[in-house]
Amino acid sequence: MPSDLESNLTLKKLREFAAQELAEAREFRGELTIYVQPGALIRVCEFLRDEPSLSYKFLADVTALDLYPNEPRFELVYHLLSLKTAERLRLKVRTGGDDPRVDSLVPVYPSANAFEREVFDLFGIQFTGHPYLRRILMPEDWEGYPLRKDYPVEGYR
Amino acid sequence: MPITLEKIPGQEERVILSMGPQHPSTHGVLRLVLELDGETVVRALYDIGYLHTGFEKSFEDKTYSQGITLTDRMDYLAPLSNNLGFCLAVEKLLDIQAPPRAQWIRVLLTELTRIQSHLVWLGTHAIDLGAMSVMLYCFREREAILHIFEQVSGQRMMTSYFRVGGLALEPPLGWLKQVERFVKTFPAHLEEYEGLLSKNPIWLKRTVGIGKLTGDEAIAWGLSGPSLRGSGVDYDIRKKEPYSSYDKFDFTVPTRPEGDVYARYLVRLEEMRQSLRIVQQAMEGIPEGPIKANAPHIVLPDRESMKTSIEALIYHFKIVTEGFHPPIGEVYQAVESPRGELGFYMVSDGSPKPFRCHVRGPSFANLQALPKMIEGRLIADVVACIGSIDIILGEVDR
Repeated sequence: MPSDLESNLTLKKLREFAAQELAEAREFRGELTIYVQPGALIRVCEFLRDEPSLSYKFLADVTALDLYPNEPRFELVYHLLSLKTAERLRLKVRTGGDDPRVDSLVPVYPSANAFEREVFDLFGIQFTGHPYLRRILMPEDWEGYPLRKDYPVEGYR
Repeated sequence: MPITLEKIPGQEERVILSMGPQHPSTHGVLRLVLELDGETVVRALYDIGYLHTGFEKSFEDKTYSQGITLTDRMDYLAPLSNNLGFCLAVEKLLDIQAPPRAQWIRVLLTELTRIQSHLVWLGTHAIDLGAMSVMLYCFREREAILHIFEQVSGQRMMTSYFRVGGLALEPPLGWLKQVERFVKTFPAHLEEYEGLLSKNPIWLKRTVGIGKLTGDEAIAWGLSGPSLRGSGVDYDIRKKEPYSSYDKFDFTVPTRPEGDVYARYLVRLEEMRQSLRIVQQAMEGIPEGPIKANAPHIVLPDRESMKTSIEALIYHFKIVTEGFHPPIGEVYQAVESPRGELGFYMVSDGSPKPFRCHVRGPSFANLQALPKMIEGRLIADVVACIGSIDIILGEVDR
Protein backbone atom coordinates (compact mmCIF):
# COMPACT_ATOMS: atom_id res chain seq x y z
CA MET A 1 0.00 0.00 0.00
CA PRO A 2 1.48 3.41 -0.91
CA SER A 3 2.70 5.51 1.96
CA ASP A 4 0.53 8.59 1.26
CA LEU A 5 -2.54 6.44 1.88
CA GLU A 6 -1.30 5.86 5.42
CA SER A 7 -0.87 9.55 6.12
CA ASN A 8 -4.32 10.48 4.82
CA LEU A 9 -6.30 12.16 7.59
CA THR A 10 -9.74 11.11 6.33
CA LEU A 11 -8.72 7.47 6.12
CA LYS A 12 -7.07 7.58 9.53
CA LYS A 13 -10.14 9.11 11.17
CA LEU A 14 -12.46 6.68 9.42
CA ARG A 15 -10.38 3.71 10.54
CA GLU A 16 -10.52 4.94 14.10
CA PHE A 17 -14.28 5.29 13.80
CA ALA A 18 -15.20 2.04 12.10
CA ALA A 19 -12.29 0.02 10.78
CA GLN A 20 -14.35 -3.16 10.36
CA GLU A 21 -16.81 -1.38 8.03
CA LEU A 22 -14.18 -0.40 5.48
CA ALA A 23 -13.48 -3.04 2.88
CA GLU A 24 -10.57 -1.49 1.05
CA ALA A 25 -8.98 1.85 0.19
CA ARG A 26 -7.31 2.91 -3.03
CA GLU A 27 -5.60 5.92 -4.41
CA PHE A 28 -5.36 6.86 -8.07
CA ARG A 29 -4.16 10.23 -9.36
CA GLY A 30 -4.35 11.64 -5.87
CA GLU A 31 -7.99 10.70 -5.37
CA LEU A 32 -8.99 8.56 -2.44
CA THR A 33 -11.55 5.79 -2.91
CA ILE A 34 -12.91 3.90 0.08
CA TYR A 35 -15.13 0.83 -0.16
CA VAL A 36 -17.73 0.76 2.59
CA GLN A 37 -19.80 -2.23 3.77
CA PRO A 38 -23.40 -1.75 2.53
CA GLY A 39 -24.93 -1.73 6.00
CA ALA A 40 -22.64 0.97 7.33
CA LEU A 41 -23.06 3.61 4.63
CA ILE A 42 -25.37 5.93 6.57
CA ARG A 43 -23.29 5.69 9.74
CA VAL A 44 -20.06 6.39 7.88
CA CYS A 45 -21.56 9.35 6.03
CA GLU A 46 -22.97 10.84 9.22
CA PHE A 47 -19.54 10.58 10.78
CA LEU A 48 -17.85 12.17 7.77
CA ARG A 49 -20.38 15.01 7.78
CA ASP A 50 -20.29 15.75 11.50
CA GLU A 51 -16.64 15.16 12.40
CA PRO A 52 -15.33 18.75 12.71
CA SER A 53 -11.86 18.06 11.30
CA LEU A 54 -13.32 16.50 8.14
CA SER A 55 -16.78 18.07 7.64
CA TYR A 56 -17.73 16.48 4.34
CA LYS A 57 -20.94 18.48 4.25
CA PHE A 58 -21.42 18.60 0.50
CA LEU A 59 -22.60 15.57 -1.42
CA ALA A 60 -21.39 16.40 -4.90
CA ASP A 61 -22.62 13.41 -6.80
CA VAL A 62 -24.09 9.93 -6.67
CA THR A 63 -23.79 7.50 -9.53
CA ALA A 64 -23.25 3.82 -10.18
CA LEU A 65 -21.12 1.43 -12.21
CA ASP A 66 -22.39 -1.74 -13.83
CA LEU A 67 -19.66 -4.39 -13.81
CA TYR A 68 -21.77 -6.92 -15.72
CA PRO A 69 -21.18 -9.92 -15.92
CA ASN A 70 -19.14 -9.82 -12.72
CA GLU A 71 -20.68 -10.23 -9.29
CA PRO A 72 -21.36 -8.22 -7.16
CA ARG A 73 -22.63 -6.47 -10.22
CA PHE A 74 -23.12 -2.87 -9.13
CA GLU A 75 -20.93 -0.33 -7.44
CA LEU A 76 -22.57 2.80 -6.03
CA VAL A 77 -20.24 5.78 -6.23
CA TYR A 78 -20.59 8.76 -3.88
CA HIS A 79 -18.49 11.88 -4.26
CA LEU A 80 -18.19 13.93 -1.10
CA LEU A 81 -16.61 17.33 -0.78
CA SER A 82 -15.45 19.13 2.31
CA LEU A 83 -16.09 22.83 1.85
CA LYS A 84 -13.71 23.48 4.73
CA THR A 85 -10.61 21.63 3.58
CA ALA A 86 -11.47 21.44 -0.14
CA GLU A 87 -10.76 17.70 0.02
CA ARG A 88 -12.71 15.26 -2.07
CA LEU A 89 -13.54 11.69 -1.18
CA ARG A 90 -15.07 8.86 -3.14
CA LEU A 91 -17.09 6.25 -1.28
CA LYS A 92 -18.13 3.03 -2.93
CA VAL A 93 -20.67 0.44 -1.97
CA ARG A 94 -21.09 -2.91 -3.72
CA THR A 95 -24.44 -4.56 -4.34
CA GLY A 96 -25.41 -7.73 -6.18
CA GLY A 97 -27.30 -8.01 -9.45
CA ASP A 98 -30.27 -10.12 -8.29
CA ASP A 99 -31.82 -7.54 -6.03
CA PRO A 100 -29.66 -4.41 -6.23
CA ARG A 101 -30.47 -2.40 -3.14
CA VAL A 102 -28.70 0.08 -0.87
CA ASP A 103 -29.75 2.43 1.89
CA SER A 104 -30.86 5.87 0.80
CA LEU A 105 -28.65 8.76 1.85
CA VAL A 106 -31.53 11.27 1.86
CA PRO A 107 -31.69 11.42 5.69
CA VAL A 108 -28.03 12.47 5.77
CA TYR A 109 -27.82 14.58 2.62
CA PRO A 110 -31.13 15.93 1.27
CA SER A 111 -29.43 16.52 -2.08
CA ALA A 112 -29.14 12.75 -2.58
CA ASN A 113 -32.82 12.77 -3.50
CA ALA A 114 -32.52 13.56 -7.21
CA PHE A 115 -29.19 11.81 -7.65
CA GLU A 116 -30.58 8.55 -6.27
CA ARG A 117 -33.69 8.87 -8.39
CA GLU A 118 -31.42 9.18 -11.41
CA VAL A 119 -29.49 6.04 -10.45
CA PHE A 120 -32.74 4.18 -9.85
CA ASP A 121 -34.05 5.36 -13.20
CA LEU A 122 -31.01 4.43 -15.28
CA PHE A 123 -29.61 1.42 -13.38
CA GLY A 124 -32.61 -0.01 -11.59
CA ILE A 125 -31.02 0.07 -8.16
CA GLN A 126 -33.47 0.34 -5.24
CA PHE A 127 -32.82 2.80 -2.43
CA THR A 128 -34.31 1.72 0.89
CA GLY A 129 -35.90 4.64 2.68
CA HIS A 130 -36.00 7.05 -0.26
CA PRO A 131 -39.08 9.31 0.09
CA TYR A 132 -39.99 9.54 -3.58
CA LEU A 133 -38.29 6.83 -5.65
CA ARG A 134 -39.68 7.31 -9.14
CA ARG A 135 -38.21 7.60 -12.60
CA ILE A 136 -36.83 11.07 -13.19
CA LEU A 137 -35.36 11.26 -16.70
CA MET A 138 -37.01 8.40 -18.58
CA PRO A 139 -40.78 8.16 -19.08
CA GLU A 140 -42.72 6.50 -16.26
CA ASP A 141 -43.67 3.47 -18.37
CA TRP A 142 -40.20 2.81 -19.78
CA GLU A 143 -39.03 -0.79 -19.73
CA GLY A 144 -35.47 -1.63 -18.81
CA TYR A 145 -32.62 0.43 -17.38
CA PRO A 146 -30.62 2.18 -20.10
CA LEU A 147 -27.24 2.54 -18.42
CA ARG A 148 -26.89 -1.15 -17.63
CA LYS A 149 -24.21 -2.78 -19.73
CA ASP A 150 -26.59 -5.42 -21.11
CA TYR A 151 -28.86 -2.68 -22.47
CA PRO A 152 -27.92 -2.02 -26.13
CA VAL A 153 -26.74 1.49 -27.04
CA GLU A 154 -29.33 1.81 -29.78
CA GLY A 155 -32.09 0.53 -27.47
CA TYR A 156 -34.36 -2.44 -28.00
CA ARG A 157 -35.98 -2.47 -31.42
CA MET B 1 -49.28 9.54 -17.56
CA PRO B 2 -47.28 12.60 -16.48
CA ILE B 3 -46.36 12.85 -12.82
CA THR B 4 -48.55 14.87 -10.54
CA LEU B 5 -49.00 15.69 -6.88
CA GLU B 6 -51.02 13.14 -4.98
CA LYS B 7 -53.84 14.41 -2.84
CA ILE B 8 -53.21 14.31 0.90
CA PRO B 9 -56.12 12.36 2.44
CA GLY B 10 -58.47 14.40 4.56
CA GLN B 11 -57.38 17.70 3.07
CA GLU B 12 -59.69 19.96 1.12
CA GLU B 13 -59.40 19.93 -2.67
CA ARG B 14 -56.90 22.46 -4.04
CA VAL B 15 -56.08 23.55 -7.56
CA ILE B 16 -53.23 21.62 -9.18
CA LEU B 17 -51.53 23.74 -11.80
CA SER B 18 -49.19 22.29 -14.38
CA MET B 19 -46.68 24.94 -15.39
CA GLY B 20 -44.69 24.02 -18.45
CA PRO B 21 -43.09 22.23 -20.23
CA GLN B 22 -44.06 24.85 -22.80
CA HIS B 23 -43.87 27.97 -20.72
CA PRO B 24 -41.72 30.94 -21.70
CA SER B 25 -40.30 31.53 -18.25
CA THR B 26 -39.27 27.97 -17.43
CA HIS B 27 -36.09 28.41 -19.52
CA GLY B 28 -36.58 25.34 -21.62
CA VAL B 29 -38.74 22.30 -21.07
CA LEU B 30 -39.12 22.30 -17.32
CA ARG B 31 -42.51 21.26 -15.99
CA LEU B 32 -43.62 22.28 -12.54
CA VAL B 33 -46.62 20.86 -10.74
CA LEU B 34 -47.95 23.39 -8.26
CA GLU B 35 -50.64 22.93 -5.67
CA LEU B 36 -52.28 26.28 -5.14
CA ASP B 37 -54.26 27.85 -2.38
CA GLY B 38 -55.49 30.98 -4.11
CA GLU B 39 -52.31 32.44 -5.52
CA THR B 40 -50.03 30.84 -2.95
CA VAL B 41 -47.99 27.76 -3.76
CA VAL B 42 -48.56 25.11 -1.10
CA ARG B 43 -46.58 22.26 -2.60
CA ALA B 44 -44.38 22.03 -5.64
CA LEU B 45 -42.85 19.27 -7.68
CA TYR B 46 -40.68 19.40 -10.74
CA ASP B 47 -40.87 17.08 -13.70
CA ILE B 48 -37.86 16.80 -15.98
CA GLY B 49 -36.57 14.48 -18.67
CA TYR B 50 -38.17 16.07 -21.72
CA LEU B 51 -34.72 16.66 -23.23
CA HIS B 52 -33.13 13.41 -22.10
CA THR B 53 -30.85 12.16 -24.86
CA GLY B 54 -28.76 9.57 -23.05
CA PHE B 55 -25.41 11.33 -23.32
CA GLU B 56 -23.89 9.06 -20.70
CA LYS B 57 -24.78 5.99 -22.71
CA SER B 58 -23.45 7.60 -25.89
CA PHE B 59 -20.12 8.38 -24.22
CA GLU B 60 -19.59 4.67 -23.67
CA ASP B 61 -19.89 4.04 -27.40
CA LYS B 62 -17.54 6.81 -28.53
CA THR B 63 -13.80 7.26 -28.22
CA TYR B 64 -12.56 9.91 -25.81
CA SER B 65 -11.95 12.41 -28.60
CA GLN B 66 -15.39 11.85 -30.09
CA GLY B 67 -16.96 12.43 -26.70
CA ILE B 68 -15.95 16.07 -26.70
CA THR B 69 -18.59 16.96 -29.27
CA LEU B 70 -21.29 15.60 -26.98
CA THR B 71 -20.25 17.86 -24.14
CA ASP B 72 -21.04 20.99 -26.18
CA ARG B 73 -24.63 19.97 -26.39
CA MET B 74 -25.25 19.48 -22.69
CA ASP B 75 -24.96 22.99 -21.36
CA TYR B 76 -25.48 24.75 -24.64
CA LEU B 77 -24.88 28.19 -23.14
CA ALA B 78 -21.44 27.25 -21.85
CA PRO B 79 -20.00 24.79 -24.36
CA LEU B 80 -16.39 25.71 -23.62
CA SER B 81 -16.74 25.08 -19.89
CA ASN B 82 -18.06 21.63 -20.73
CA ASN B 83 -15.21 20.99 -23.17
CA LEU B 84 -12.76 22.04 -20.50
CA GLY B 85 -14.22 19.76 -17.83
CA PHE B 86 -14.22 16.77 -20.14
CA CYS B 87 -10.69 17.37 -21.42
CA LEU B 88 -9.29 17.93 -17.93
CA ALA B 89 -10.86 14.69 -16.74
CA VAL B 90 -9.31 12.71 -19.59
CA GLU B 91 -5.99 14.48 -19.10
CA LYS B 92 -6.06 13.56 -15.42
CA LEU B 93 -6.74 9.97 -16.39
CA LEU B 94 -3.80 10.01 -18.80
CA ASP B 95 -1.64 12.05 -16.44
CA ILE B 96 -0.73 14.65 -19.06
CA GLN B 97 -1.05 18.44 -18.99
CA ALA B 98 -1.81 20.98 -21.63
CA PRO B 99 1.09 23.39 -22.26
CA PRO B 100 0.90 26.89 -20.69
CA ARG B 101 -0.21 28.62 -23.88
CA ALA B 102 -3.15 26.26 -24.24
CA GLN B 103 -4.04 26.70 -20.57
CA TRP B 104 -4.05 30.48 -20.90
CA ILE B 105 -6.24 30.42 -23.98
CA ARG B 106 -8.55 27.95 -22.23
CA VAL B 107 -8.92 30.30 -19.27
CA LEU B 108 -9.54 33.28 -21.51
CA LEU B 109 -12.24 31.52 -23.50
CA THR B 110 -13.99 29.89 -20.54
CA GLU B 111 -14.20 33.25 -18.80
CA LEU B 112 -15.71 34.76 -21.93
CA THR B 113 -18.11 31.83 -21.83
CA ARG B 114 -19.03 32.72 -18.28
CA ILE B 115 -19.77 36.32 -19.24
CA GLN B 116 -21.74 35.16 -22.25
CA SER B 117 -23.77 32.69 -20.23
CA HIS B 118 -24.47 35.23 -17.50
CA LEU B 119 -25.61 37.70 -20.17
CA VAL B 120 -28.24 35.28 -21.43
CA TRP B 121 -29.26 34.60 -17.84
CA LEU B 122 -29.55 38.32 -17.09
CA GLY B 123 -31.54 39.02 -20.22
CA THR B 124 -34.01 36.19 -19.73
CA HIS B 125 -34.28 36.72 -15.99
CA ALA B 126 -35.09 40.38 -16.56
CA ILE B 127 -37.63 39.66 -19.25
CA ASP B 128 -39.34 37.15 -16.93
CA LEU B 129 -39.74 39.89 -14.38
CA GLY B 130 -40.97 42.43 -16.91
CA ALA B 131 -37.82 44.38 -17.79
CA MET B 132 -37.91 44.01 -21.53
CA SER B 133 -35.07 46.19 -22.75
CA VAL B 134 -32.28 44.52 -20.74
CA MET B 135 -32.58 41.42 -22.90
CA LEU B 136 -31.90 43.38 -26.06
CA TYR B 137 -28.76 44.95 -24.61
CA CYS B 138 -27.47 41.65 -23.23
CA PHE B 139 -27.84 39.83 -26.50
CA ARG B 140 -25.98 42.60 -28.26
CA GLU B 141 -22.89 42.03 -26.11
CA ARG B 142 -23.30 38.27 -26.23
CA GLU B 143 -23.13 38.47 -30.00
CA ALA B 144 -19.69 40.06 -29.76
CA ILE B 145 -18.45 37.13 -27.67
CA LEU B 146 -20.01 34.55 -29.97
CA HIS B 147 -18.21 36.28 -32.79
CA ILE B 148 -14.90 35.70 -31.00
CA PHE B 149 -15.81 32.02 -30.57
CA GLU B 150 -16.64 31.76 -34.23
CA GLN B 151 -13.34 33.31 -35.21
CA VAL B 152 -11.36 30.97 -32.97
CA SER B 153 -13.16 27.68 -33.41
CA GLY B 154 -15.32 28.10 -36.50
CA GLN B 155 -18.53 27.73 -34.50
CA ARG B 156 -20.61 30.19 -32.56
CA MET B 157 -21.98 27.75 -30.03
CA MET B 158 -20.96 24.11 -30.54
CA THR B 159 -17.28 24.90 -30.37
CA SER B 160 -15.53 21.60 -29.45
CA TYR B 161 -12.39 23.70 -29.43
CA PHE B 162 -10.55 22.20 -26.47
CA ARG B 163 -9.05 18.79 -27.14
CA VAL B 164 -7.39 16.25 -24.93
CA GLY B 165 -3.89 17.60 -24.41
CA GLY B 166 -4.46 21.11 -25.72
CA LEU B 167 -6.45 22.99 -28.33
CA ALA B 168 -7.82 21.98 -31.72
CA LEU B 169 -5.86 24.64 -33.61
CA GLU B 170 -3.88 27.80 -33.18
CA PRO B 171 -6.30 30.77 -32.99
CA PRO B 172 -6.21 33.01 -36.07
CA LEU B 173 -3.94 36.05 -36.21
CA GLY B 174 -5.52 39.18 -34.83
CA TRP B 175 -8.19 37.47 -32.78
CA LEU B 176 -7.01 39.26 -29.66
CA LYS B 177 -7.99 42.59 -31.24
CA GLN B 178 -11.63 41.61 -30.91
CA VAL B 179 -11.12 40.45 -27.35
CA GLU B 180 -9.43 43.76 -26.59
CA ARG B 181 -12.31 45.71 -28.06
CA PHE B 182 -14.74 43.72 -25.95
CA VAL B 183 -12.74 44.21 -22.76
CA LYS B 184 -12.66 47.96 -23.41
CA THR B 185 -16.36 48.41 -24.08
CA PHE B 186 -17.92 45.91 -21.69
CA PRO B 187 -17.52 47.73 -18.33
CA ALA B 188 -19.68 50.58 -19.63
CA HIS B 189 -22.34 48.08 -20.69
CA LEU B 190 -22.28 46.42 -17.29
CA GLU B 191 -22.97 49.78 -15.71
CA GLU B 192 -25.81 50.21 -18.14
CA TYR B 193 -27.47 46.98 -16.91
CA GLU B 194 -26.92 47.94 -13.32
CA GLY B 195 -28.40 51.34 -14.01
CA LEU B 196 -31.49 49.70 -15.44
CA LEU B 197 -32.01 47.16 -12.65
CA SER B 198 -30.03 47.43 -9.43
CA LYS B 199 -31.99 50.34 -7.95
CA ASN B 200 -35.13 49.92 -9.99
CA PRO B 201 -38.05 49.82 -7.47
CA ILE B 202 -39.99 47.24 -9.47
CA TRP B 203 -36.92 45.02 -9.74
CA LEU B 204 -36.26 45.33 -6.01
CA LYS B 205 -39.89 44.50 -5.18
CA ARG B 206 -39.70 41.37 -7.31
CA THR B 207 -36.34 40.10 -6.07
CA VAL B 208 -35.44 41.27 -2.55
CA GLY B 209 -36.36 38.70 0.10
CA ILE B 210 -37.72 36.23 -2.47
CA GLY B 211 -36.60 32.59 -2.58
CA LYS B 212 -34.48 32.80 0.52
CA LEU B 213 -32.02 30.00 1.30
CA THR B 214 -29.57 29.98 4.17
CA GLY B 215 -26.01 28.81 3.64
CA ASP B 216 -26.60 25.51 5.42
CA GLU B 217 -29.75 24.82 3.41
CA ALA B 218 -27.92 25.60 0.19
CA ILE B 219 -25.13 23.16 1.07
CA ALA B 220 -27.58 20.46 2.15
CA TRP B 221 -29.47 20.76 -1.13
CA GLY B 222 -26.29 20.51 -3.17
CA LEU B 223 -26.36 24.01 -4.60
CA SER B 224 -23.16 25.23 -6.21
CA GLY B 225 -21.83 28.17 -8.14
CA PRO B 226 -23.36 31.65 -7.90
CA SER B 227 -26.50 30.23 -6.28
CA LEU B 228 -24.40 28.89 -3.39
CA ARG B 229 -22.32 32.06 -3.12
CA GLY B 230 -25.52 34.11 -3.06
CA SER B 231 -26.23 32.37 0.26
CA GLY B 232 -22.95 33.48 1.76
CA VAL B 233 -20.89 30.32 1.23
CA ASP B 234 -17.52 31.20 -0.21
CA TYR B 235 -16.69 28.22 -2.37
CA ASP B 236 -15.34 28.60 -5.88
CA ILE B 237 -13.53 25.66 -7.45
CA ARG B 238 -11.31 28.02 -9.39
CA LYS B 239 -9.93 29.33 -6.09
CA LYS B 240 -10.11 26.29 -3.82
CA GLU B 241 -9.03 23.57 -6.23
CA PRO B 242 -7.32 25.52 -8.99
CA TYR B 243 -7.14 23.88 -12.41
CA SER B 244 -5.80 25.09 -15.74
CA SER B 245 -3.52 27.73 -14.09
CA TYR B 246 -6.34 29.63 -12.38
CA ASP B 247 -4.04 30.11 -9.39
CA LYS B 248 -1.90 32.44 -11.52
CA PHE B 249 -4.74 34.91 -12.04
CA ASP B 250 -5.81 37.65 -9.71
CA PHE B 251 -9.54 37.78 -9.07
CA THR B 252 -11.94 37.79 -6.16
CA VAL B 253 -14.94 35.58 -5.52
CA PRO B 254 -18.05 37.65 -4.76
CA THR B 255 -20.44 36.37 -2.11
CA ARG B 256 -23.60 37.85 -0.58
CA PRO B 257 -25.08 36.75 2.74
CA GLU B 258 -28.77 37.42 2.00
CA GLY B 259 -29.54 34.25 0.03
CA ASP B 260 -32.42 35.73 -1.96
CA VAL B 261 -32.99 36.28 -5.67
CA TYR B 262 -31.46 39.74 -5.48
CA ALA B 263 -28.29 38.40 -3.84
CA ARG B 264 -27.82 35.86 -6.63
CA TYR B 265 -28.34 38.66 -9.15
CA LEU B 266 -25.64 40.79 -7.50
CA VAL B 267 -23.22 37.86 -7.30
CA ARG B 268 -23.56 37.10 -11.00
CA LEU B 269 -23.14 40.74 -11.99
CA GLU B 270 -19.95 40.97 -9.94
CA GLU B 271 -18.76 37.67 -11.40
CA MET B 272 -18.95 39.14 -14.86
CA ARG B 273 -16.71 41.98 -13.71
CA GLN B 274 -14.22 39.52 -12.20
CA SER B 275 -14.29 37.34 -15.32
CA LEU B 276 -13.48 40.41 -17.34
CA ARG B 277 -10.44 40.99 -15.12
CA ILE B 278 -9.29 37.43 -15.78
CA VAL B 279 -9.84 37.86 -19.51
CA GLN B 280 -7.74 40.98 -19.47
CA GLN B 281 -4.89 39.31 -17.56
CA ALA B 282 -5.03 36.25 -19.79
CA MET B 283 -5.04 38.39 -22.92
CA GLU B 284 -1.99 40.34 -21.85
CA GLY B 285 -0.02 37.34 -20.65
CA ILE B 286 -0.57 34.56 -23.18
CA PRO B 287 2.78 32.76 -23.32
CA GLU B 288 4.37 31.68 -26.57
CA GLY B 289 4.86 28.00 -27.27
CA PRO B 290 3.02 24.92 -28.46
CA ILE B 291 -0.74 24.53 -28.05
CA LYS B 292 -0.65 20.74 -27.74
CA ALA B 293 0.99 18.52 -25.16
CA ASN B 294 4.01 16.51 -26.23
CA ALA B 295 2.24 13.15 -26.27
CA PRO B 296 2.26 11.85 -29.85
CA HIS B 297 0.17 8.76 -29.13
CA ILE B 298 -2.66 10.92 -27.71
CA VAL B 299 -2.59 14.28 -29.46
CA LEU B 300 -3.15 14.54 -33.21
CA PRO B 301 -0.01 15.65 -35.10
CA ASP B 302 0.14 18.86 -37.14
CA ARG B 303 -0.92 18.70 -40.76
CA GLU B 304 2.52 19.80 -41.90
CA SER B 305 4.45 17.11 -40.03
CA MET B 306 2.17 14.44 -41.46
CA LYS B 307 3.41 15.29 -44.92
CA THR B 308 7.06 14.75 -43.99
CA SER B 309 7.11 12.26 -41.13
CA ILE B 310 5.95 8.66 -41.36
CA GLU B 311 5.64 8.42 -37.55
CA ALA B 312 3.26 11.37 -37.49
CA LEU B 313 1.18 9.73 -40.19
CA ILE B 314 1.05 6.44 -38.28
CA TYR B 315 0.07 8.15 -35.05
CA HIS B 316 -2.61 10.11 -36.86
CA PHE B 317 -4.01 6.91 -38.35
CA LYS B 318 -3.94 5.13 -34.99
CA ILE B 319 -5.59 7.97 -33.06
CA VAL B 320 -8.32 8.54 -35.64
CA THR B 321 -9.21 4.91 -36.32
CA GLU B 322 -8.67 3.40 -32.90
CA GLY B 323 -8.22 6.14 -30.30
CA PHE B 324 -5.82 6.13 -27.39
CA HIS B 325 -5.71 3.76 -24.42
CA PRO B 326 -5.73 5.43 -20.99
CA PRO B 327 -4.60 3.32 -18.02
CA ILE B 328 -7.21 1.49 -15.96
CA GLY B 329 -8.56 3.80 -13.28
CA GLU B 330 -11.14 6.37 -12.36
CA VAL B 331 -11.04 10.12 -11.86
CA TYR B 332 -13.43 12.88 -10.90
CA GLN B 333 -12.69 16.33 -12.23
CA ALA B 334 -14.79 19.30 -11.23
CA VAL B 335 -14.68 22.70 -12.90
CA GLU B 336 -16.52 25.90 -12.07
CA SER B 337 -19.00 26.27 -14.90
CA PRO B 338 -21.16 29.43 -15.02
CA ARG B 339 -23.82 27.49 -13.13
CA GLY B 340 -21.65 25.80 -10.53
CA GLU B 341 -19.79 22.57 -10.03
CA LEU B 342 -19.61 20.69 -13.28
CA GLY B 343 -18.05 17.32 -12.54
CA PHE B 344 -16.93 14.57 -14.88
CA TYR B 345 -16.53 11.11 -13.38
CA MET B 346 -14.53 9.07 -15.85
CA VAL B 347 -13.83 5.37 -15.53
CA SER B 348 -11.40 3.67 -17.88
CA ASP B 349 -11.04 -0.05 -18.40
CA GLY B 350 -8.00 0.45 -20.62
CA SER B 351 -9.94 0.47 -23.90
CA PRO B 352 -10.19 3.52 -26.20
CA LYS B 353 -13.77 4.15 -25.07
CA PRO B 354 -14.75 5.22 -21.55
CA PHE B 355 -16.18 2.42 -19.45
CA ARG B 356 -18.37 5.03 -17.83
CA CYS B 357 -18.54 8.79 -18.09
CA HIS B 358 -20.91 10.41 -15.66
CA VAL B 359 -21.67 14.10 -15.66
CA ARG B 360 -22.55 15.93 -12.48
CA GLY B 361 -24.57 18.77 -13.93
CA PRO B 362 -24.84 21.83 -11.70
CA SER B 363 -28.31 22.63 -13.05
CA PHE B 364 -29.55 19.16 -12.14
CA ALA B 365 -28.48 19.64 -8.53
CA ASN B 366 -29.51 23.29 -8.26
CA LEU B 367 -33.02 22.50 -9.44
CA GLN B 368 -33.59 20.43 -6.28
CA ALA B 369 -33.70 23.56 -4.18
CA LEU B 370 -36.49 25.10 -6.25
CA PRO B 371 -39.51 23.55 -4.44
CA LYS B 372 -37.94 24.64 -1.14
CA MET B 373 -37.67 28.21 -2.43
CA ILE B 374 -41.17 28.57 -3.79
CA GLU B 375 -43.38 26.74 -1.30
CA GLY B 376 -45.42 29.27 0.62
CA ARG B 377 -44.84 32.04 -1.91
CA LEU B 378 -46.88 33.57 -4.72
CA ILE B 379 -46.99 32.20 -8.26
CA ALA B 380 -45.28 35.31 -9.55
CA ASP B 381 -42.27 34.52 -7.34
CA VAL B 382 -41.93 31.08 -8.93
CA VAL B 383 -40.78 32.77 -12.10
CA ALA B 384 -38.23 34.87 -10.22
CA CYS B 385 -36.87 31.81 -8.42
CA ILE B 386 -36.49 29.73 -11.58
CA GLY B 387 -34.55 32.54 -13.16
CA SER B 388 -32.35 33.00 -10.13
CA ILE B 389 -30.91 29.46 -10.10
CA ASP B 390 -30.11 29.74 -13.81
CA ILE B 391 -30.86 26.22 -15.01
CA ILE B 392 -30.18 24.91 -18.49
CA LEU B 393 -32.44 22.02 -19.32
CA GLY B 394 -29.99 20.48 -21.74
CA GLU B 395 -27.75 19.85 -18.76
CA VAL B 396 -30.52 18.91 -16.34
CA ASP B 397 -31.80 16.17 -18.62
CA ARG B 398 -28.56 15.19 -20.40
